[in-house]
Amino acid sequence: MRVAVLLKAVPDLVEELVLDEESGSLQYDEMSYVPSEWDDQALEEALILKEESGAQVTAIAVSTGDVDTMLFTALAKGADHVVKITGDFDASMSNWQQARVLSDYVREQDFDMVLSGVQAIDDVDGQIPGLVAGFLNWPHASVVTEVRMGGNSKILLRQEYSGGLVAEIEVESPVVIGVQAARKPPRYASVAKVRQVAKSVAIEEVSAGAPAGPAFADIQFVRPVAAGRAEMIEGDVDAVADRIVQILADHNLLRRA
Amino acid sequence: MGPILIVTESTASGITDSTKECVGKAKELAKVLGTSTVALGFGPGAADRLRRLDVNKVIAAEDGDFAVYNPAVCENALVQVVTETAPFLTMIPNTTMGLDLGAGLAGRNNIPLIAYCSDLQEQDGKITAVSQVFAGKLLARVPVPGDGAIVTVLPGSWSAGEEAGDPVVETLSGDYSSRMRVIRVIEPEKGDVDITKADILISVGRGIESPDNLPLADELAEAMGGVVSCSRPVVDAGWLPKARQVGKSGQTVKPKLYLACGISGAPEHLQGMRDADLIIAVNTDEEASIMEAAHFGTTVDMLDLMPVLAERLRGG
Repeated sequence: MRVAVLLKAVPDLVEELVLDEESGSLQYDEMSYVPSEWDDQALEEALILKEESGAQVTAIAVSTGDVDTMLFTALAKGADHVVKITGDFDASMSNWQQARVLSDYVREQDFDMVLSGVQAIDDVDGQIPGLVAGFLNWPHASVVTEVRMGGNSKILLRQEYSGGLVAEIEVESPVVIGVQAARKPPRYASVAKVRQVAKSVAIEEVSAGAPAGPAFADIQFVRPVAAGRAEMIEGDVDAVADRIVQILADHNLLRRA
Repeated sequence: MGPILIVTESTASGITDSTKECVGKAKELAKVLGTSTVALGFGPGAADRLRRLDVNKVIAAEDGDFAVYNPAVCENALVQVVTETAPFLTMIPNTTMGLDLGAGLAGRNNIPLIAYCSDLQEQDGKITAVSQVFAGKLLARVPVPGDGAIVTVLPGSWSAGEEAGDPVVETLSGDYSSRMRVIRVIEPEKGDVDITKADILISVGRGIESPDNLPLADELAEAMGGVVSCSRPVVDAGWLPKARQVGKSGQTVKPKLYLACGISGAPEHLQGMRDADLIIAVNTDEEASIMEAAHFGTTVDMLDLMPVLAERLRGG
């Protein structure tokens, strides 16, 4: 079973999102990036699958910026192989374009399964796993929280719906899966281990051309207008606690002794 | 111009609110744009459920393969309907179904997709979609191309279209089978407490930092006469059971008080709690999205505040 895990980096929300307020354009070069948290979950589920059934795991990222550390970290955690797709790309590359490039590579490589994060914080034009599945014309399920091998080489999934309903799904490969959460919290790879891997293992680089496809002209980003913004309670912990007690009293929410 | 197609969703209690919200908005836009509305529904009884919607036409996919929701089968049917009806807009609620079908349809039919849409605004016959991205920290204003687009719509974006209509009803027949098969659908496990029935919820997010800090939330809940709930990351980390999760893939709650501690307020979470009577948010980031939904907010550290507040409520 050959499993591809698609990884991407997204702006770090701990830092400020840098926006040119006048033009509404994001200043991609001025932001710092982190691996998308859902992709981390997808990688973890792939590594669990590897431990359970010997799947071979390849982590793949499009070179929209510095993705090497993300790929070396995937190796340090247990991926068998990592691939960076290079080209005339930058951090403003749309999901549609990234999905095109990724699906072209996956199609050539005879993977049985593609896992990726069910969503990312910057998916304006669609989520990577669904787009990749659409381009490949493979079956796809999103919001998946478990991937296992069943009998007869079939793949078993658990898909979640609102209200806590869960479906058990069986599918023959190839398939694309949007992972919401792995069965266990993502494992940790120490900086030292990532460094060590970076010295001893190479990232395979594959070049790709600029993908065609519909693109939205003039997407403008704006900060949300603080319509119903919270009234901020100022002061230290004691002052805040006193005020909250007062608010609860005003709303008749204090517990009667 | 092609029609506006709404991909509808139903649960055991009927057509979902997010579907009705799309229907209401679609009708408003169709009137301005001079086009019609079509609702597509899946599953047994879809024709009967959908014929009450205020749309011009209903397409029901009821038989055989549609006995239970199967993402690949429904996508096959949707691809055919979109190919045949060439809608200007295809609106899909951003639930598991929307995440399944939206991007898949976009890729297969080469139609651009606008995700996490919270509004569709018309001006001079042109439509601009407003999307909530970066965990609600930014809105993207995306002009809908002249050839149209698919939009996946966040629940709660508009008021529900409740008017009754008299649509033409068609049923879909054909082979939409897939290599994907749904074995069974499992009802949620009943937890030790039902958070949907609680008047007071002390809800913890990533800010709880460690399971070792959960007793602070338990003690505060006890002092307030409430129950501890949480956001998704706390469940994914295995710190609290799934039955305690508030949000899109958890429970929808409407307590008298929702005290959100260390919760950033991603759209998926807000979806499950924004109708609480009183929301107080504790988050060290004043810019966190939860502050948009909350009535009161504070940036003190939740781990410092919880024991002090519990002490005050105990009369200390």
